[in-house]
Amino acid sequence: MSESDKLPSGRTRIETLEMRGITKRFPGVLASDHVNFDVKSGEVHALLGENGAGKSTLMKILYGLYHPDEGEVLINGKPVRISSPNDSINLGIGMIHQHFMLVQTMTVAENVALGLPSSRGVLTDLDRVSKRIIELANLYGLKIDPSAYIWQLSVGQQQRVEIIKALYRGAALLILDEPTAVLTPQEVDELFVIMNQMVKDGHGLVFISHKLHEVVEISHRISVLRDGHMIGTRLTAETTKQDLANWMVGREVGFTPDRGQVQRGAPRLEIKNVSCGSDRGTPGLRGVTFEVCSGEILGIAGVSGNGQRELAETITGLRKTTSGQIILEDSDITGLDPAAITDRMLSYIPEERMRDGMIKDFTVAENMILREHEKTPYSRYGFLNLREISQHADALIKNFRIKTPSRETHAKNLSGGNIQKIVLAREIFRTPHVIIAAQPTRGLDIGATEYVREQLLEQRKQGAAIILISEDLDEILALSDRIAVLYEGQVMDIVPRVEATPQKLGLLMAGVHPEEIKQTSEVF
Amino acid sequence: MISDLFTVTVFVGILASGIRLSTPYLFAAIGEAFGQKSGVLNLGVEGQMLLGAFAAFYVALTTGNLWLGLLTAMLVGALMGLAMAYVTVNLQAEQGISGIGFYLFGLGMSDLLFQKLMGTVETVKGFPKIHIPGLSDIPYIGEIFFSQNILVYFAYLLVPIAWFVLNKTTLGLKIRAVGENPDAADSLGVSVARVRYFTIILGGTLSGIAGASLSIALLNVFQQNMTSGLGFIAVALVYFGAWRPIGILGGALLFSFINSLQLWMQVLSIPVPSDIAVMMPYVVTILVLVATVSKVRAPSALSKPFERGD
Repeated sequence: MSESDKLPSGRTRIETLEMRGITKRFPGVLASDHVNFDVKSGEVHALLGENGAGKSTLMKILYGLYHPDEGEVLINGKPVRISSPNDSINLGIGMIHQHFMLVQTMTVAENVALGLPSSRGVLTDLDRVSKRIIELANLYGLKIDPSAYIWQLSVGQQQRVEIIKALYRGAALLILDEPTAVLTPQEVDELFVIMNQMVKDGHGLVFISHKLHEVVEISHRISVLRDGHMIGTRLTAETTKQDLANWMVGREVGFTPDRGQVQRGAPRLEIKNVSCGSDRGTPGLRGVTFEVCSGEILGIAGVSGNGQRELAETITGLRKTTSGQIILEDSDITGLDPAAITDRMLSYIPEERMRDGMIKDFTVAENMILREHEKTPYSRYGFLNLREISQHADALIKNFRIKTPSRETHAKNLSGGNIQKIVLAREIFRTPHVIIAAQPTRGLDIGATEYVREQLLEQRKQGAAIILISEDLDEILALSDRIAVLYEGQVMDIVPRVEATPQKLGLLMAGVHPEEIKQTSEVF
Repeated sequence: MISDLFTVTVFVGILASGIRLSTPYLFAAIGEAFGQKSGVLNLGVEGQMLLGAFAAFYVALTTGNLWLGLLTAMLVGALMGLAMAYVTVNLQAEQGISGIGFYLFGLGMSDLLFQKLMGTVETVKGFPKIHIPGLSDIPYIGEIFFSQNILVYFAYLLVPIAWFVLNKTTLGLKIRAVGENPDAADSLGVSVARVRYFTIILGGTLSGIAGASLSIALLNVFQQNMTSGLGFIAVALVYFGAWRPIGILGGALLFSFINSLQLWMQVLSIPVPSDIAVMMPYVVTILVLVATVSKVRAPSALSKPFERGD
């Protein structure tokens, strides 16, 4: 075997890996329907698809965590048997899971050594493991301290530990399951540098994502899965983002929703000089003032942790203000409890939808009446009216196109997009006067994101005053009429949409004063 | 008189019996620690101890062979562990509840066997004191540490061994990983089920020895419910010791010294109501747990059944 067949880690390359006719059935779902997929040495093959399209299932089969009902896997043209992660590891396949498979209380070296035979028999050989980790780290340009505990590391560093773990086990082919979902933009760039280096060295990489711009940037080929079917494979150079989006969703997708013309009405919600504390004991909001009008979306931009959460919680009554006033349609709601505020037709789509937006172990129908369960027709004299509740649930499931086996299904068994639709349905079916939407599309796939945005715009048309809190600047720019930028609990500036550019908002988000921005732009 | 407590002889006596009384705590709690480190909460320790105590006593009584008795207790404990492992690993039962079930089974079964096979309280001659040559002649120290029965020495050997296994071996690495993040262990080809079977059976075996140490080394009798909550205190000691063998040793010593103190207070007829005296170790358990437990973190996967999936 010639030198060029070897990877820097000393392992032999996997020239080709093929999955043929892979079929996997779960109770009630065909997760993978005769899917073909292949990866070559020296390429990044992106696997695209919406949540629940079958990407993870396919890769878990390749890694030996699931067993396919039909189909075969071939490495360099020869069929192989993969019935457990041990088999796939021995064949040179490594997987970086979406949720890191690391033991937080153990060191990097311990995590790497776990499950491997030791050179010292029953005793661990962590010194030797550490030495090899440093060797590999140098070969691949991954900086890591083998004696550090996982809980001490940043998310990006933890991901590097996962990559080292796979390389240590001799992975020639690496599956990266949504590796960028948890990273900051800078960390994504660093990951891409590492990925490019690995590909140059002869590794094969499978890159799973639903972020189109990343896929287009890093991959050589792209395959699209939809509802367990392989829609097709193309060279990245020969596709566009629009094609890919349409392919994934199965219809035309609009990247910029149609906002339409809406007449701005009277002020619905006024925030006057509001301050409050935060969970860390530091000030959360410091004298925030703004108003939102009927038929208007006010975007709240800012880097996470600059008071967005506190803002949502003070308006909804979940957090006490320390000073200031909140006026909802001419009545002072400062200090009222959340139920009283809700009754004045204020709806809330919370940021942590699984924690604050619903009860995971309740059924879809129960979750839909969480807000109104004490009111007729859903209950009378403390007795629930189950027939009304069922009819209500069925109507919302239909109107909001929620994909659920039934209204009696537990919410936790639905996909993220459908869970958000339940929250959305509950919050907006009653045509609220004010809506607080916090990170309403975070973690959702393209189809669900599009749907949520359409619904918010529809509410705007109906005359609702909407506060949209989002860390996604594209979303803020696409939906808002005006944009307020929060920085360290203060509103830096409120910019009308037509005057807002990502550059300008970025400077405000970094705490640069509006006057200074004006001065700089005058210089140019 | 209360002043009787403060003589050297009594003091040495309290310490010596304190060391001796810590034996069952150590065996049971270290066994339990292995289980908990791997993510399994076994509340059946008390039941395993009772059956172990009976098995050891009955075999020793009928055959006159203490070692055979000890072996039987280990076997009975291991079988109880096997059953517990099947219920919690394969059937994925709620661990707290099934543990209580195993406790009640052990309690009832040991009493039933006692009624059917013996009927009356009898005594055996338990493991004798072994005076370690040289060391046992040191004044006071010798009597406290080096004139104990063989199981006491085993129990104290177990502490460094448990620490070594958990921290220095590949097996220990697997046990810790399975208790913290079974998905991670599974993804690296470590069998979560096998590791947990091992720790639960080991825990059962050690609980069996803990029971035997009561019936054929410390008290040398068997009575209905003779453990009287000792197994549950062993579970508490694991929390108290923050899942570390050395911490468990500290806890075991604290409780057995208090126990020893109250026994001596009764022996010396110090005017404290015996109910209050007997209560002392339990009250201390609660107080110490309240004071310490919030500060330490349990293994993340403790009492959670493992199922491969998303």
